[in-house]
Amino acid sequence: MIAIVKYNAGNIKSVQNAVENLGYECIITDRPEELFVADKVIFPGVGEASTAMRHLRQSHLDEAIIRLRQPVLGICLGLQLLCKESEEGNTSCLGVFNTTVKKFPPKDLVPHMGWNNFSTVNNSEILAGIELNDNMYYVHSYYAENCDNTIASCNYIHNFSSIMQKDNFYATQFHPEKSGKIGMKLLNNFLNLES
Amino acid sequence: MLKKRIIPCLDIDNGRTVKGINFVGIRDAGDPIELAKRYVDEGADELVFLDITATVEERKTLSKLVEKISKEINIPFTVGGGIKSLEDAKLLIRAGADKISVNSAAVSRPLLVKELADELGSQCIVVAIDTKLIDKQWKVVIHGGRTETDLLAINWAQQLAQHGAGEILLTSMNSDGTKNGFALDITKQVSNKVNIPIIASGGAGNPKHFEEVFTNTRASGALAASIFHFNEISIPTLKKYLANQNITVR
Repeated sequence: MIAIVKYNAGNIKSVQNAVENLGYECIITDRPEELFVADKVIFPGVGEASTAMRHLRQSHLDEAIIRLRQPVLGICLGLQLLCKESEEGNTSCLGVFNTTVKKFPPKDLVPHMGWNNFSTVNNSEILAGIELNDNMYYVHSYYAENCDNTIASCNYIHNFSSIMQKDNFYATQFHPEKSGKIGMKLLNNFLNLES
Repeated sequence: MLKKRIIPCLDIDNGRTVKGINFVGIRDAGDPIELAKRYVDEGADELVFLDITATVEERKTLSKLVEKISKEINIPFTVGGGIKSLEDAKLLIRAGADKISVNSAAVSRPLLVKELADELGSQCIVVAIDTKLIDKQWKVVIHGGRTETDLLAINWAQQLAQHGAGEILLTSMNSDGTKNGFALDITKQVSNKVNIPIIASGGAGNPKHFEEVFTNTRASGALAASIFHFNEISIPTLKKYLANQNITVR
């Protein structure tokens, strides 16, 4: 069973559709006890960081998420909330990844919206079959700075963390569920990880 | 490098895809879900669905259609037409839309854009501007082109960016359906003035038109309808052409 973390953030329907289309059963839940027993947990998110963190704290999901031991996948704002802190609303976040989330300077159009390739890609199970020139769909105004946990980066105004990993925690700044066949490949790689 | 987006637009009337010229003379162009799937396979970068009649009764039909679409496609899609309130927008987002597009209601009440952006996030708020050259000025027109306003498209676009719009879909009514090319002057003016993505719309008739709009303006994407629906240009052919002209596409 795949659990999708339910909180105030955005459209999670498309994540559910993608997981189901890959042949997995999934539940959408805000109950920590259901998250703890799931095979994999997906932590999606679009929206504003401080509001999202407030919702997570109110429902005690903040403590639950960092205690998860099965593979966890943060998506978009989910990636940013797994970092140490965010400039968006000066928010203290979950602190899994040791990096800071910053706002893109207005040197080009903001948000970074559309399809972009990678600038660096490391070896990782989650990246099996995915190459430097593959394009994923991004839409974000804030970015996580590259750090030790960065396993793929993307370039827009700066190089930034496109995919991060630390222990059982994985995260993508792009939306794999909206990135066509190649995004589905990444999502499938994640769902195939050993629990 | 960020790619220029090619966006087919499906105008929806009572559950069917339709297309007119200069906003009138509507003809049937097929089943929206089948068309959507075809475009995803062909490499469309996003899809836009606009409910062009958008009555209260059809609103329910639309949200059911959105649910079906979201199960079938795995690229971003925008839904618009008759959205007047946060509740209307939330209904479509819950049904699976990634972005919603507002038009006339934003002109009537500009704060709607801010309310939508605050609640749903700028990334999913597209504001459509329909513009028409009236006495040498690009004015905003609303109600599917039936009502002219005193607003200048350029000022309206700047105001929208301040209110938190994530993207502007700019349609020239003078060009729409003519196949004579995008309205380069107003697209250039607007895209130079605002720092959010602009989607150019209206008038695409051949691959050269897409090249022109990407070369001469800062548009992030270009939208077209009938040339794709009636197979006059295929998306793969168009993208190959653009890549050969050194325009970065997916």
